[in-house]
Amino acid sequence: MHRNLLLSGLLSLLAGGALAQEDDLLKLLGEEEAGPEYTTAAFKSTRVINGHSVENTAHGVLDFRIGHRFGPVNGGANEFWGLDQATIRLGLDYGVTDRLMIGIGRSSFEKTLDGFVKYKVLRQCDAGCTMPVTLAFVAGTAINGLKQSVLWPYPAEERPFYFSHRMSYSFQMILGRKFSESVTFQLNPGLVHINLVEKADQTNDIIHVSGAGRMKLSKRVAINAEYFHVLPGQIPDPTAAEVAAGQLPVRNSFSIGFDIETGGHVFQLHMTNSLAMFERGFITGTTEQWTDGGIHFGFNISRVFTLHDPKAKR
Amino acid sequence: MNTAKNLLFVALALPLSLIAQDRYGTRNGHIAFFSETSMENIEGNNHKVSSVWDATSGAIQFAVLIKAFEFEKALMQEHFNENYMESNTFPKAEFKGKVTGITADQLKKPGTYEVAVEGDLTIHGVTKPVKTKGTMVVAADGTVKASCDFNVKPEDHGIKVPGMVRQNIAEQILVKVRMDYARL
Repeated sequence: MHRNLLLSGLLSLLAGGALAQEDDLLKLLGEEEAGPEYTTAAFKSTRVINGHSVENTAHGVLDFRIGHRFGPVNGGANEFWGLDQATIRLGLDYGVTDRLMIGIGRSSFEKTLDGFVKYKVLRQCDAGCTMPVTLAFVAGTAINGLKQSVLWPYPAEERPFYFSHRMSYSFQMILGRKFSESVTFQLNPGLVHINLVEKADQTNDIIHVSGAGRMKLSKRVAINAEYFHVLPGQIPDPTAAEVAAGQLPVRNSFSIGFDIETGGHVFQLHMTNSLAMFERGFITGTTEQWTDGGIHFGFNISRVFTLHDPKAKR
Repeated sequence: MNTAKNLLFVALALPLSLIAQDRYGTRNGHIAFFSETSMENIEGNNHKVSSVWDATSGAIQFAVLIKAFEFEKALMQEHFNENYMESNTFPKAEFKGKVTGITADQLKKPGTYEVAVEGDLTIHGVTKPVKTKGTMVVAADGTVKASCDFNVKPEDHGIKVPGMVRQNIAEQILVKVRMDYARL
């Protein structure tokens, strides 16, 4: 009889166990095996403002970009505070894979043609792996398209002009982390190599230590800022005579702006002291200053087209 | 006397073991949703849906990882996760409910059975009751193909569609559930 009591006790325990399982049937399937899940949308666009962000265009996606900068605000009423003037860059970027992106662009600034390759070496991970940061490298080339007579006011017999004089290069490392749903920071130090510099005492390789960040204000609006700090002593200031002739010292580039997302477009509206939208131009060729009103209002429009669906093959 | 009592206990215990045998499950269920408007059609597909169905009690559960939905366009997937579903905050959609209209006896012979499904659907952290009809096809090898279609309104689950894109996203989203259950 005692044995039966014990048995009935055991059975009721078993029954209790079975009932508890009813609550979460899914446990019967065991633990889920989560594949690596990479962090997405650290920035809304592949550019913070002028410079590259940690983001790439996705595999198979073509991004048509229109960059536009008005004249400086300190141009005054006669220039309609800069809105009379325009500098533009038209660009096409393409995601060869989710990690590799290529792009070309044509700028009205020095009639420059530029191209770049960007590759994500490390990708920040949300689940299934432990990588805390994204690391990307960008290498770009820019070709100055100004007429030879403008670029090279010397007789060809004395000082021959080579096509390589038009070329400059940019190499950048982008180390970024999306700290939370709304906050992302990145460091993007790099080097700009200019084949032909203006003065004998100027170095061809110019190193900069730079960074950028963003904060989302709502699901579709973010505020971005970026700063490019050219290490001092690399680009000599113009002499008094050169200043009198209209030459300006090179300044560091600072930009701040909003990203506004509307379906397939991202609108970036910003204020910047740089006019150019390719690395040699805005990192080593910015001559205006925020403090004296050398600020340009500008915008980038990004429109993406899916040319190829990498998942469709499956 | 003792023997008779023991037999009674065994008889009581038997249904418990039967419960354990009548459970069906899958990890690779397919859920698709469709938003059709004159502006654009959006389709999301998830092939990693987990579900368990207890045929004896009728209890059924689904867990759907939001990030596992795949789209034709990468940007659709990004917006779906970032702007609408907020999948970092609400990583899973869930359904807990009951299937009625099919008996354990019917499960033993191949055939197509109409069933009713009722339960609580949690999407974007908001739970709403759902009542719909489905079909279960029992195959000769004992597997069960279950299918069910129903509509979900994004606003019912606190998913806001901004005015700018209202014409691109349907008010009623058609959800198609296709499960290939195997006995657990």
